Amino acid sequence: MQFEVGSALSIGSILLTVIVVAAMLIWVERRLLSLWQERLGPNRVGPFGLLQVVADMIKIFTKEDWVPPFADKLSFVLAPTVIMIVILLSFSVVPFAPGVGVIDSNIGVLFVLAMASLGAYSVMLGGLSSDNKYALLGSLRAAAQMVSYEVFMGISILGVVALAGSFNLREIVLAQADGSWFVIPQFIGFVIFLIAGVAESHRLPFDIPEAEQEIVAGYHTEYSGMKFGMFFVGEYLGLVLISSLITVLFFGGWMGPFLPPIVWFAIKASMFIAFFILLRAAIPRPRYDQLMTYGWLVLLPLSLVNLMVTGAIILSTQ
Amino acid sequence: MIRLLKDTFTSQVKTLWQVFMHAFVKADTVEYPETPPYMFPRWRGRIILSRDPDGEERCVACNLCACACPVDCIALQKAETEDGRWYPEFFRINFSRCIMCGFCEEACPTNAIQLTPDFEMAEYVRQDMVWEKEDLLINGTGKYHDYNFYRVAGMAIKGKDKGAAQHEAPPVNVKSLLP
Amino acid sequence: MIVLFYLAAGIALISTICVILQSNIVHALIYLILSLLAVAIIFFLLGAPFAAVLEAIVYAGAIMVLFLFVIMMLNMGQHSVDQEKSWAGPRVFIVPALMATILLAQFLNVLSDYSFDLVPTEIGVMQVSSLLFGPYVLAVELASILLLAGLVSAYHLAKK
Repeated sequence: MQFEVGSALSIGSILLTVIVVAAMLIWVERRLLSLWQERLGPNRVGPFGLLQVVADMIKIFTKEDWVPPFADKLSFVLAPTVIMIVILLSFSVVPFAPGVGVIDSNIGVLFVLAMASLGAYSVMLGGLSSDNKYALLGSLRAAAQMVSYEVFMGISILGVVALAGSFNLREIVLAQADGSWFVIPQFIGFVIFLIAGVAESHRLPFDIPEAEQEIVAGYHTEYSGMKFGMFFVGEYLGLVLISSLITVLFFGGWMGPFLPPIVWFAIKASMFIAFFILLRAAIPRPRYDQLMTYGWLVLLPLSLVNLMVTGAIILSTQ
Repeated sequence: MIRLLKDTFTSQVKTLWQVFMHAFVKADTVEYPETPPYMFPRWRGRIILSRDPDGEERCVACNLCACACPVDCIALQKAETEDGRWYPEFFRINFSRCIMCGFCEEACPTNAIQLTPDFEMAEYVRQDMVWEKEDLLINGTGKYHDYNFYRVAGMAIKGKDKGAAQHEAPPVNVKSLLP
Repeated sequence: MIVLFYLAAGIALISTICVILQSNIVHALIYLILSLLAVAIIFFLLGAPFAAVLEAIVYAGAIMVLFLFVIMMLNMGQHSVDQEKSWAGPRVFIVPALMATILLAQFLNVLSDYSFDLVPTEIGVMQVSSLLFGPYVLAVELASILLLAGLVSAYHLAKK
């Protein structure tokens, strides 16, 4: 047994690590938020409150898993599973380190985009099947938001693809091997991808589909127990996925001096996870129409111009 | 577009930076069970019944506290000792109803019922929130150390006749012709 | 490989039949998405990963989302399911089934003279794009102008 792309050891350890990290993020997020809000956060269960996750899990597993009698059973049960499956599948193309990864796909970037677009179903079906007006409003918002921001997300990373000359994420990392991270030539693409990533995983400040102050809990209003838990962990999985993708696409993936590659990857990805949590702590939620206007009238032209300029520069230097 | 970029930097990025700098500010949280908060002496918390400096219970079962109580959580029954003192036969406070308003303390003519700076009253069984006189009565004077109702009141008890109280003249015999 | 192909094809067939027979419109859409994903897997197995991913992104990921979006706007309840059931009786299926059978016969007839290369060659993104921006550039440009016109007019209508 050794680490190589696609080996059982590699797949198993990636799956385990990703899920454990996503679960631990519940604790990390609460601690970091409280750090920035001058509080202490959960520090009671276990050392530094680390076992808070275990306590939360026990609570969420033993809660009554209630399916509302007025709900559409098939889609109600399907919705939370979709988000978990889709995001875990997206992790299969992420290159964590040399030899650590699930598949080495030539269409890695496109696969991630396809999975992200399928992720919209989770939110939409969840809201639609709940037969609840707040859930429906949440999923309406989510549908428009996710479909719109998918567009800019796709276009913003095409500059990186053009520079690396491949859709393969592993080759994109290798193209940054000489230390020239793509964040420098593709800074606009990076910013757009960051914003679109936040919107796509509907994290704050773009958590309009689940805005507590307006529509109770949005699309997962009717969910309880482990079904809610899957939405909850799915959101954190999405956060880990977006951070890993930013690391891979713009910050040279596992590349770095002295330390082993996987450690570099973990450091870079956790920096972005922390940044996303800082976003949550600092930026208030925009209004729904502001989000759409911002997307279509600012991000779309900007990403198109970015792509065109990148293409022109690549053509002229060839 | 330029305005948007400028706004982004003066608003969003600045906000992010300022919130990030809060990481280096000491947390305001008081870790309660380990660091107990300072309780002010006149805090309205758990209710006690106090005794006078001689060690007798102060309560004279006048029922004023029970009347003043807005949630009707006080119940008591008057009884009388052989030497003429009034006392509550039972005195019951239902702390699951009590709202710690302090009206009973204000109503009490003998400073018997007092509120203390203790708020840590939690029980698993609701019935345990009902406190009897044995639970309420303390072996001290509470907030008022040298007040003894029977010493200043005109009521006659054994060992203290009418007119024998402090600042009290002996009663005038209205049937007498002498001044 | 061939097992996977038949599995995906079977799922596509069954889910497509379910799309037709389902009277609950949301369930029908879920089956349609399943069918599209199964077709995407068939594309993938035939050596066209780009087409497979585009099928997932564009059809399953965008168009079906908009279908679902429209369904959310309509007030679909039990009454619409009942209405659907009353409309889709067995007699309605006779004529379409006949026509589909004729088409199937023609299709099989055409296929029988054809010999297939069972080992698919992989067509990457590069080949597809060089074809699109080489010989077929005019069609691509026309399609993009059409889409742009649609976008502009939709924006104009929404502005009103």
